Amino acid sequence: MDAIRTEDLTKHYHVGFWRPRPYIALNALNLTVGQGEVFGFLGPNGAGKTTTLKLLMQLIYPTSGRAEILGRPVGDVGVRRRIGYLPENPYFYDYLTAEELLAYFAGLFGYAGADRSRRVSALLDEVGIGAERRFQLRKFSKGMLQRVGIAQALVNDPEVVFFDEPMSGLDPLGRREIRELILRLRDRGCTVFFSSHVLSDAETLCSRVAIVARGRLAAAGDLSELLAFQVRAWELVVANVEHARLEPATSAGDVTRVTSLGGQRFALEVPLSADPTRVMATLGVHGAQLVSLNPVRETLEDFFVRQIAAAPSDRGLEPVSR
Amino acid sequence: MRMIGHIAVNVFKESVRDKVLYNLVAFAVLLIAVSYLLGQLTAGQDVKIIKDLGLAAIATFGLFIAVFIGIGLVWKEVERRSIYSLLSKPIRRSEFILGKYAGLVLTLLVNVSVMTVAFYAVLAYLDTQFAETVRASWPAPATDPGMLKAIVLIFVELMLVTAIALFLSTFSSPFLSAALTFGLWVIGHFNADLRNFEAVVESPAAAWLARALYYVLPNFAAFDVKSQVVHALRVDASYVVTTALYGGVYVALLLTGAVIVFSRRDFK
Repeated sequence: MDAIRTEDLTKHYHVGFWRPRPYIALNALNLTVGQGEVFGFLGPNGAGKTTTLKLLMQLIYPTSGRAEILGRPVGDVGVRRRIGYLPENPYFYDYLTAEELLAYFAGLFGYAGADRSRRVSALLDEVGIGAERRFQLRKFSKGMLQRVGIAQALVNDPEVVFFDEPMSGLDPLGRREIRELILRLRDRGCTVFFSSHVLSDAETLCSRVAIVARGRLAAAGDLSELLAFQVRAWELVVANVEHARLEPATSAGDVTRVTSLGGQRFALEVPLSADPTRVMATLGVHGAQLVSLNPVRETLEDFFVRQIAAAPSDRGLEPVSR
Repeated sequence: MRMIGHIAVNVFKESVRDKVLYNLVAFAVLLIAVSYLLGQLTAGQDVKIIKDLGLAAIATFGLFIAVFIGIGLVWKEVERRSIYSLLSKPIRRSEFILGKYAGLVLTLLVNVSVMTVAFYAVLAYLDTQFAETVRASWPAPATDPGMLKAIVLIFVELMLVTAIALFLSTFSSPFLSAALTFGLWVIGHFNADLRNFEAVVESPAAAWLARALYYVLPNFAAFDVKSQVVHALRVDASYVVTTALYGGVYVALLLTGAVIVFSRRDFK
């Protein structure tokens, strides 16, 4: 059984009062996420990530298509006992303290008495909220609210957790803590589905990713398969050479990019069609020394940019704020 | 039911933390100040005026709480997006609506109860300030328990106002919801005029429309027995029960409507 499955999941909005026109927020999304995976749902702003998450939480209803979580339709109240959700830029009740908020949510899952207090305390420890837990949430910074949001998503020890931009508003230390938390969740067997436009997070955490662009699925699969770890060029770092000596190699197309590293050191990008040893031999004649020769592999960012650029742009209308 | 109760307690906690119950202090101050001033100006009529004023104040303070908190119950959750986290928990949208409603009704119940106690306390004190001969001239004792009938119907009226505000706020803006709720409350107090409209207009269409509105719009005038109880006129228990049932049916219809609208809504 898949943790998450969507079939042709589609959402249209109608924009405009007098002559409403359709805006395709999500177009026939087909996705499966296995249990125990850390799945990165990537895309630029306005790509349809939050729309997908809202459809999975049934905060909005699909125009067509269907979605299941743990083999049950997303509207099933029973399945919500087994999942957690962190919305984008979470906001909670100003008048409650962090402890009270979590106690409120824990109560919705049937926690009571000392059991509830222990659960709340452990969660706040886990997300790094100390004495502030007794402050009203109106006094919390964005980063602190984000931590509370993550804690409330885990209040029922979920089997599947959905994080919408979990690193948003966090400082570098906070980001690292949340990365570690996600890995701990994975180790416990929890499926983590998170949306992000920060690719380094996905590269660090995910086993599989999907990229959405302009409401469509642009790519999905294992990170290693998508990137294929293909060498797209060589990086040759040389020292003790004047810039003018690089000119013949550049003109011949053996070097496609020259980056000065200072002190007569240069990083040269040599295309796969050229032979880096020949380039080095040519420069060696002029006294150049080889510092390093490394393959340049495609990064997730390169792949991401390529997929976004290739995505069809027809969405009915220009993106609107949702 | 557990979910509804859980949400209701949270609404009550929000009201307390938002200092909604501070209006009780204002109520107490108003009653005491007016009693003192009347004591300086009138002789013997104080108690009737305090009864009039006290019952009107219970209704008015309650009305403002029911409207202004009622319209914000759902709207605030949606606008501030706190509803996203809440609806991802194992609760149905109907439980959310009913819990919110129950929470505000609980707030109103506490509010009206405390105001009633303060009201009777002021009246009991005034009772001690007059001679037996003056008290004998009053149509009813100062602490006439019959006034509780009016207070019960005020409470049912507030439940109905809350249900209207909540229903409207599931699909319209707070400003519009407040304006419409107040509008319905005012029209509802002149409901009898709609029934008699055909006597003053010649157009059958206008008369038919007025008659239709009479049946569709809530008849708030039915809940107002304040002047009867102050003048010690008879208000049958059966009238109180029937009117409360009328209010209950109306509340049930409005909450059903609110649940239907809210259950279909997209939270963009």
